[in-house]
Amino acid sequence: MGDFVLGPWSCLSWMFKFCDSAVERGNNSIKTSKYNFFTFLPLNLFEQFQRIANAYFLFLLILQLIPQISSLAWFTTVVPLVLVLAVSGVKDAIDDFVRSVLLKDEKWMNVQVGDIIKLENNNFVTADLLLLSSSEPHSLTYIETAELDGETNLKVKQALTVTAELGEDLQKLTDFNGEGCTIRNTEWCFGLVIYAGPDTKLMQNSGKTTFKRTSIDRLMNVLVLMIFAFLALMCLILAIGNGIWESDKGYNFQVYLPWAEGVNSTSYSVVPISLYVRLYAWVSFYIDWDRKMYYPLNDTPAQARTTTLNEELGQIKYIFSDKTGTLTQNIMCFNKCSINGKSYGILSICLILWVLHLSNTEKVDFSYNPLADPKFAFYDHSLVEAVKLSDVPTHRFFRLLSLCHTVMPEEKKEGNLVYQAQSPDEGALVTAARNFRFVFRARTPETITVVEMGETKIYKLLAILDFNNVRKRMSVIVWSPEGDLTLYSRSLFSFDLFCLTTVLQEFAGEGLRILVVAYKNLDEEYFQDWIGRHHEASTALEGREDKLSEIYEEIEKDLMLLGATAIEDKLQDGVPQTIETLAKAHIKIWVLTGDKQETAMNIGYSCNLLNDDIADVFVIEGSTSDDVLNELRNARKKMKPDSFLDSDEINIQFEKSSKKTKLLPDEQANGVYGLVINGHSLAYALEGNLELELVRTACMCKVVICCRVTPLQKAQVVELVKKYKKAVTLAIGDGANDVSMIKTAHIGVGISGQEGMQAVLSSDFSFAQFRYLQRLLLVHGRWSYIRMCKLLKYFFYKNFAFTLVHFWYGFFSGFSAQTVYDEWFITLYNLVYTSLPVLGMSLLSPGDVDDHWSLLFPQLYVPGQQNLYFNKIVFVKCMLQGIYSSLILFFIPYGAMYNTMRSDGKAIADYQSFALMAQTCLLIVVSVQIGLDTLYWTVVNQFFIWGSLSVYFAITFTMCSDGTYLIFTASFPFVGTVQNTLSRPNVWLAVFLSIALCVLPVVGFRFLKAQLKPTASDKVLLKIKEAKKRPPPPSPKRRLRRTSTRRSGYAFSHQHGFGALIMSGRNMRPKSPFATTGTFSPNSDKHKHKGL
Amino acid sequence: MKNKKSFAPQEAEARPSRCPDNSAFKQQRLPAWKPQLTIATVLSTFFLTGAFCLSVGICLILSANSVREIQINYSDKCSDCSKLRENSYNWNIECLCSVDFKLKEDMLGDVFMYYGLQNFYQNHRRYVISRSDAQLLGRDVNVQRSYCAPFTTYNNGTPMAPCGAIANSMFNDTIDLFYNFNSSVIQVPLLKTGNSWWTDKNVKFRNPQSHNLSSAFAGTARPPYWQKPVYLLDEEDERNNGYINDDFIIWMRVSAFATFRNLYRRISRKRHFADGLPAGNYTFHISYNFPVTKFKGKKYVILSTMVWSGGSNPFLGIAYVVCGAAATLTGAETEVRVLTGVLP
Repeated sequence: MGDFVLGPWSCLSWMFKFCDSAVERGNNSIKTSKYNFFTFLPLNLFEQFQRIANAYFLFLLILQLIPQISSLAWFTTVVPLVLVLAVSGVKDAIDDFVRSVLLKDEKWMNVQVGDIIKLENNNFVTADLLLLSSSEPHSLTYIETAELDGETNLKVKQALTVTAELGEDLQKLTDFNGEGCTIRNTEWCFGLVIYAGPDTKLMQNSGKTTFKRTSIDRLMNVLVLMIFAFLALMCLILAIGNGIWESDKGYNFQVYLPWAEGVNSTSYSVVPISLYVRLYAWVSFYIDWDRKMYYPLNDTPAQARTTTLNEELGQIKYIFSDKTGTLTQNIMCFNKCSINGKSYGILSICLILWVLHLSNTEKVDFSYNPLADPKFAFYDHSLVEAVKLSDVPTHRFFRLLSLCHTVMPEEKKEGNLVYQAQSPDEGALVTAARNFRFVFRARTPETITVVEMGETKIYKLLAILDFNNVRKRMSVIVWSPEGDLTLYSRSLFSFDLFCLTTVLQEFAGEGLRILVVAYKNLDEEYFQDWIGRHHEASTALEGREDKLSEIYEEIEKDLMLLGATAIEDKLQDGVPQTIETLAKAHIKIWVLTGDKQETAMNIGYSCNLLNDDIADVFVIEGSTSDDVLNELRNARKKMKPDSFLDSDEINIQFEKSSKKTKLLPDEQANGVYGLVINGHSLAYALEGNLELELVRTACMCKVVICCRVTPLQKAQVVELVKKYKKAVTLAIGDGANDVSMIKTAHIGVGISGQEGMQAVLSSDFSFAQFRYLQRLLLVHGRWSYIRMCKLLKYFFYKNFAFTLVHFWYGFFSGFSAQTVYDEWFITLYNLVYTSLPVLGMSLLSPGDVDDHWSLLFPQLYVPGQQNLYFNKIVFVKCMLQGIYSSLILFFIPYGAMYNTMRSDGKAIADYQSFALMAQTCLLIVVSVQIGLDTLYWTVVNQFFIWGSLSVYFAITFTMCSDGTYLIFTASFPFVGTVQNTLSRPNVWLAVFLSIALCVLPVVGFRFLKAQLKPTASDKVLLKIKEAKKRPPPPSPKRRLRRTSTRRSGYAFSHQHGFGALIMSGRNMRPKSPFATTGTFSPNSDKHKHKGL
Repeated sequence: MKNKKSFAPQEAEARPSRCPDNSAFKQQRLPAWKPQLTIATVLSTFFLTGAFCLSVGICLILSANSVREIQINYSDKCSDCSKLRENSYNWNIECLCSVDFKLKEDMLGDVFMYYGLQNFYQNHRRYVISRSDAQLLGRDVNVQRSYCAPFTTYNNGTPMAPCGAIANSMFNDTIDLFYNFNSSVIQVPLLKTGNSWWTDKNVKFRNPQSHNLSSAFAGTARPPYWQKPVYLLDEEDERNNGYINDDFIIWMRVSAFATFRNLYRRISRKRHFADGLPAGNYTFHISYNFPVTKFKGKKYVILSTMVWSGGSNPFLGIAYVVCGAAATLTGAETEVRVLTGVLP
């Protein structure tokens, strides 16, 4: 959109460009692709060899190229390695291509530093801009920074007054409108691009994109090293054995087999484990394909943007959630009101801030009111009746709502009234009044025009008693056309001020934001006196704020209670249920928000994070380091008094190694607690020695809410937990302010479908609604984790069984590293013969229980968090099973073959027959084993298993055929072995015996273990099995009970200072287009700027 | 036609929904069957396997017991020859040895004569690869490039035919069997062909093409340990000479283990021996050439009959019985515990 580069500015642009050319500060495109055509191969290869398994492969290959060392042909290593590299490389290339294509869709890509761009209302600011001018008076521009700090209220930015002198002021420019904001309530504005693309404040703050690896991936590197050490040990044993053998027997055997030069070493391949892991990533497509995570209203399917993190979704222990746009919808609803003790409103009247969708509930007919806001949906009919019946308190109530606020109206076309509210709840209230025919239509610094029941009234605005945090209320003093002098006040609901009615209690219990409205008729004399003192106070040089407060307090006494309004910061669908489910899965949820403490806590209650189960909520709001420390310690003392004793394990642990960062074990508190911490306190808590204190205290709480936090702090909090806790973290958010957190956490989730794609672009998974998180974790994550663990367990098992057979054979072949199996079998074993069944099991077989039950029994998620299904102990178990199988798989064929003949007297105990028999045994045993490991047999699984076996026999037969031998004599010496061996009954008897001996103990062991020592999830599975026999239970969605508690539930998202702005008239248009005569055309302003 | 088109929903055309397909595969709802480890399935698996293994095992043991086999260690019995062969300078001194033995029962049916070697590491890796399959196919190959080293060429450059350690170490004793029948000695007729795999004889081994065998091997020399060149392995039978000599082929099929037996001859079932070997006294006449004592090896000569499951090796039978017994016992134990209520 650089098409607004204006003539005189172009030389300035050139100047900027010139300056920038030195540092190559390019356009606004943010490069996220890693490779280009030429760098792909070297870069990708380099990255791939960073995986230890691949590096090990390369090492093997080099060894095998030395003929004296190698016992295997070169292709046994090269073929798998090339295949691994090729598959991984293609996948990387596709991923990278997709990523780069995705970014090209973004407009604004060609914006250059120095360009002047025009932004219109609701446009997204896509670069750091210097505001030059805007459509609003005094070049004010309203921006919303929800993407940056999560606050939904508007902020005002003003352009430099003398834009013409801009050139001279260049050095002084400090006023940045950062990228990531949205222009609101401003028709248009011009801005000069100061920083673009990666240089913007936003991108600079959003942290580095780091290559995320899963914990299993890291474990894998350790295991590969372990295997390497294990194999090295085996080689050492064989080498020593070989040495002894050569000096003992080989020495004498030299007649027939002279000693050769060089060493004899065995190099067994650990196999392309990384290939499987890479292929496993395809499982992420299930997330993309899940219809239950598709949001039809804005046509957004879930998306797995990083394909390598799937199994970690099944291990999440901490969720860090943003509030605005993630838990809440950014929709304020004027939900209920109570007028003169009577409560109205059944469902909700919602002001939709940015339009997502409108629910099709029954709408009240507002047709009697031409000025009604069509976006308004529903309300109580009896209230309409009350308004129509000219009920005095009702009228006064709505009159108050239409007068007591700081909203700016805008009416470009007759009747098309648009409000520009600095806080969304205020907007909701004024709009509500408007739909009840108390239409706030225009304002000047001195007047407010309201159309009351179709009758235009101009109130004289005498004073705005601005909102401040101490009084938590705002008031206006107006002179009505009838001559009444009235003070209207809107106040935060608090318990000590007003006597509680049951209605209000009820409102508060429902988690609504409650605002109490009151009025007072003023005596003119008193007012004159007061206004004089007010003026004095407002011009005082010292202590102006305090003096004004005092003055305000004085006049806001003895108010008449008129009623109350209840506003709901509307939660996204299913948020409380999701949070309840996740909590049952032992996942701790931390809310990190830019909002104020009251707002944040309010949301905490309404989305069921905080409820009656919580014994106490600690609020940390100290403003010095010591205060914070004390508050944290007190909280911990209450939760776990023992933790201050010297005998406490963690204290001892930290005494010992005070310097090093140690992982903290989980601590149990003596109850359920919540912690709320403020941004400024958090800043102290995140410093050096308080860090540990914070982590210990916070992790003991069930719920942690951090309010008023900056994007950087969000990342720091995540980093803190990552540092001290051995836990997998997930961050979820929708805005640019969540980017750093999303990038820091092990897994980042972006809420998609709203404006602004930063969060989604830097996330690993994205979907449209918070409630899909439970499906992502409890269904997809859990399945992925279970499948991945099954894959790894089986993989290690089958390779131990395979490799160790060679080891045993070493003892019978003079430790000469003679392989048991054919070289081709060794090459194809992992790649062809056993690959598809494993992938079939891990990719295509459903998880142990279906999604319905996973969601109904969230405790099934817990084993994943504790990493019970694959860890070093499990690995050792696999290894032992592999060793047992390898013993069977070597000694059964050995015994069956030893000194044996065929029934026609011919040879069968030759090496080739033995090899064929042993490999057939192995393959059939591992195939049966996978059938046993597969939880659910599907057609595809069975097809893969039987298909792989058939492929094995087909390939083996081909390789043993005459034709193959005559063409490739050196490569396929096994000619005739299949016909001569596999036709013999004792071969098959040996195969069957191997299966029985390998599989029966496993079956028995598993059965007995499930019967005698069932794990917690075994019990749940048993419950599910029993439940399945009964008729299906109701769907997992339940109604949550609302807990009614005595707590204050309102927070203004108000900002101090708007009252003064209105009274000064600085934000008023010189001529309001419709309220008075005169025309308005934005074009005239545009011409003016062109002239500059 | 046009009318029909206009009926198509325009919205769907305008923007295809990104909603994922509702296929059983994509929604992970493929029909599946869960194999369950219940008491019934586990116990029946154990009992069925146990029963099967026991019956197969008993069959195997019974048939292995019906095999008649006699094995004679002649490296011990012919100790003079063994000592003589320890010194390789005596290689061209002939050493003959006779071994008497008595058959107490008839050996009915086909009787096979094996030579057995103990402690001979035919499965050593360097030994296994020390051959040139291309050469054995009668192709003109450069044996220097094969794994035959050090048995590739002589110092003067003449290639060895066949090359490699396997061929060089070929078993070269001659064993004849005589039946002492009523004070007369009858030579037992032996078959020297038809003892190898058909594929080996007809596919894997071929002589070089030429008008006669000696010219086919012109320009090559016998391996150092051989007493005669390859084209003189069987001068009587053209189809058993050169690379396709059965003894040679059988030797070249290396054994999987260091102790092994190779088929040497089959008893020709003619006249006295139409039903096999009758009980009585027999003598092996052995021309002792193959030295074994140096590497502490032993040589055997074995006479054996065969059954469907092969020879006398009882391993499979015993293993089956043990496996079957173990499975049945485990099953029974579990059953008892279920009945007594220890297991749910």
